[in-house]
Amino acid sequence: MTAFICTRFAQSILVLFIMSLLVFGGVNLVGDPVEMLINPEADQAEVERVIRELGLDRPVTEQYWYFLVNAFKGDLGSSFIFGESALKLIIQRMPATLELALFSLFISLIIAIPLGIYAGYNPDSKASKVIMAGSILGFSMPTFWVGIIFIMIFAVQLGWLPSTGRGEIGTFMGINSSLFTLNGLSHVFLPALNLALFKISSVIRLTRAGTREIILQDYITFARSKGISEKRVVLIHVLKNILIPIVTVVGLEFGSLIAFSTVTETVFAWPGMGKLIIDSIYNLDRPVIVAYLMIIVTFFVFLNLIVDIIYTFLDPRVRIKGDHQ
Amino acid sequence: MSPKLRKFLEFCKDFSSNKVALVAFFIFLLILFVAIFAPLVSPTNPYDLNTVSIMNSRLPPFSEDFSGNYFLLGTDGAGRDMVSAIFYGLRVSLGVGVLSGIFALIIGSFFGISAAFFGGRYESIIMRIVDIQLSFPSILVALIILAAFGKGVEKTIIALILVQWAYYARTARSSALVEINKEYVDAARCLAFGNTRIMFKHILPNCMAPLIVVGTLQTAHAISLEATLSFLGLGLPITEPSLGLLIGNGFEYMYSGDFWISIFPGVALLITVASINLVGDHLRDMFNPRLH
Repeated sequence: MTAFICTRFAQSILVLFIMSLLVFGGVNLVGDPVEMLINPEADQAEVERVIRELGLDRPVTEQYWYFLVNAFKGDLGSSFIFGESALKLIIQRMPATLELALFSLFISLIIAIPLGIYAGYNPDSKASKVIMAGSILGFSMPTFWVGIIFIMIFAVQLGWLPSTGRGEIGTFMGINSSLFTLNGLSHVFLPALNLALFKISSVIRLTRAGTREIILQDYITFARSKGISEKRVVLIHVLKNILIPIVTVVGLEFGSLIAFSTVTETVFAWPGMGKLIIDSIYNLDRPVIVAYLMIIVTFFVFLNLIVDIIYTFLDPRVRIKGDHQ
Repeated sequence: MSPKLRKFLEFCKDFSSNKVALVAFFIFLLILFVAIFAPLVSPTNPYDLNTVSIMNSRLPPFSEDFSGNYFLLGTDGAGRDMVSAIFYGLRVSLGVGVLSGIFALIIGSFFGISAAFFGGRYESIIMRIVDIQLSFPSILVALIILAAFGKGVEKTIIALILVQWAYYARTARSSALVEINKEYVDAARCLAFGNTRIMFKHILPNCMAPLIVVGTLQTAHAISLEATLSFLGLGLPITEPSLGLLIGNGFEYMYSGDFWISIFPGVALLITVASINLVGDHLRDMFNPRLH
């Protein structure tokens, strides 16, 4: 067990190291680092000063070492546009992204679990076929395009919901979030539904498959033979048992919601990390790009590490395999 | 009738048993035809500055200009006919998607089959890399590549290959592991054939069925991902207007109610991706021994 965690930890560090090489290589070697790292408006004297300061006149290996050392200190440079620390900019925008991802996770579960149970419980009914066809369509629809359609229908034509930005921010139990005000909720609804769409399709399929399997189990037959109403069988016995795998998978896939929020945030002008990185790429704001990539990769590497460790607790087979390696 | 032909006809019959998949396949063939022959089938060349007039910009669907040109799906902000722009866009989107899919298939099956064949440390290193890569969402991998190295046609294709190869490698390895223990591989070894010949002439053809299934689903995914990246302004440059870029261009006009500029390219994208997905889904069911 300990050996398994240690190998995985070492592997995570290795992945981070390779990613830092890739990001460093991309930004510093492929293009002209002077052009990329120095504000284009700077004059010649300033350019020379910065070249010396950034150590661009030194060997590449030495430069990479400084990049690593500074990254460990939490110094990933300052934004050209905002003039602030890149790291700080990203951390400021993190709550907006997390809030969007959490709310869309909530929406996807609320919608998908009942539909999935229904489709699994009545696999041959017309409605189930419509649900399953809908889930294939959900897989095929490009998220950003659906976002545009949402804006067109609900914001431009009907005028029901706002389509851009984050609404008023309320405070509840010391947490600031727009989920605590009505205006904030109206702003978060469309982007969250858009982000949830892909998840809804996959959770429907997962729930349907789980329900079909569980319905055949002995304990369901036993519950029925005791004379428990069908409603209770579905709501208590089936629901409880499918929730375990669904919560695991969906919880673990939370990271992909954060990655995909880049798209949704851009469409709905949601002021989160994802919009920041896209804007920074447009503006060639290199320090922010480097900082974002390093932060997001670190986040994923450690998320995966935690997932692996949780799995070893849930599924002993993984643990045994890990010890043998 | 030769056995090969009979086998093929049997496959066709099997495939046609699912009407939805059959229709989807014909729709995909139509899209492929339009994409390949875009210059011949489009009413106008949307990128020929001599025929495009800014006077025609943002005409709604079913409208005509003063010289009698008919625009079935309207025009975009620069006065280009949307039908033609979509046809040319399909060409770019399908081209990038299929090209990256083929490269990823070659690279992925090379590493997958050789990993299964040689085993040992080589196998565990390759499969570890595959596992690590699959733990990152595809959009994140593409975003890292394109944010670090900049946008462009080759870079987009490289990003899409990097996103996909791991799926092919995993599939190729798992089916090669089964094939390696079969007698024909022992026979080939007894004849002292070289490793390369056994791997790619004997094992690879027998791993093709699952690879084709993964290939169709992955190509649909790649087309969708390319559209997303191009929409975000990270993928293809404006000189290669794919469907994603067309949708992105139309996004500016959304708030003034000119819905057709971004809706129709999106519908084209949706139909393309959905038809490939439906075909792939059916192929997967056909090749899945557990369902028979």
